[in-house]
Amino acid sequence: MEHIPLSWTLGLSALLFSIGVAGVVVRRNAIVLFMCIELMLNAVNLAFVALSPYAGVQGQVFVFFVIAVAASEAAVGLAIIISVFRHSESVDIKNFSLLRW
Amino acid sequence: MLGFFSVFGGVHGRSTQTIEPRSMVIQILFWLFAACAGGSALAMVTRRNPVASAMWLIGTFFSLAAIYTLLGAYFIGIIQILVYAGAIMVLFLFVIMLLNLGNDIEADIRGTGWKVMAGGAGLVLLALLARVFAGGKTLPRGVDAPASVLAHQQAEQGAVGVIATPLYGDFVVLAKRKV
Repeated sequence: MEHIPLSWTLGLSALLFSIGVAGVVVRRNAIVLFMCIELMLNAVNLAFVALSPYAGVQGQVFVFFVIAVAASEAAVGLAIIISVFRHSESVDIKNFSLLRW
Repeated sequence: MLGFFSVFGGVHGRSTQTIEPRSMVIQILFWLFAACAGGSALAMVTRRNPVASAMWLIGTFFSLAAIYTLLGAYFIGIIQILVYAGAIMVLFLFVIMLLNLGNDIEADIRGTGWKVMAGGAGLVLLALLARVFAGGKTLPRGVDAPASVLAHQQAEQGAVGVIATPLYGDFVVLAKRKV
């Protein structure tokens, strides 16, 4: 674990997070948007794991919680996507505007 | 890409050390899996078919699991494969195929203006993070512990025990009895 410089892993984490943000902006398919959000969560997990040798193993415990939240978020979000699809026969993100207010 | 990562060189002064062979193999493996992760993530964003996107995302998850293992977080690496690649992605693929989105693809990538905006947002964010990381003040307080402490803990308690002790002792149960 001390073979890899911290800057490399943090750089990879920043790169993955930026790709996730760009994907959320550029895609319209709600399922792919969810996948981009998962990618961003993974980037944050990588930063936690990379810092855990220096800041204590609590970072890895936090990754555990993040994974649990990601799993439940995917389950709830995909259920919402299915119900919107049954309403409007499409998963385009513009159909989700009724969730705004 | 190498030039991009050299922006972050200021965080640690490790690169000036002499490199032993084992360390070099680990670093080469890290670059390999980092390239796989970044390339799969880019392919995930740019593929039009949602099933192809999901497959590329699974590739990213596997590469990240390998990187976690290289970083010494063995338990997190296994959990990454089991939970992310095994459970969450199955849920995604299940929904894609239940709604029959795999063969009748809508044009779901936005127009040029949105693409420029997405690239701009990504680059601005990347620049901000690079600036924070390269400032040399990234490490929060109290993180000057030598990196070998965790390795010693792992050798004593095992890869699962070193996570389970704070998880069930400090965070979940809060029942640390003083013996």
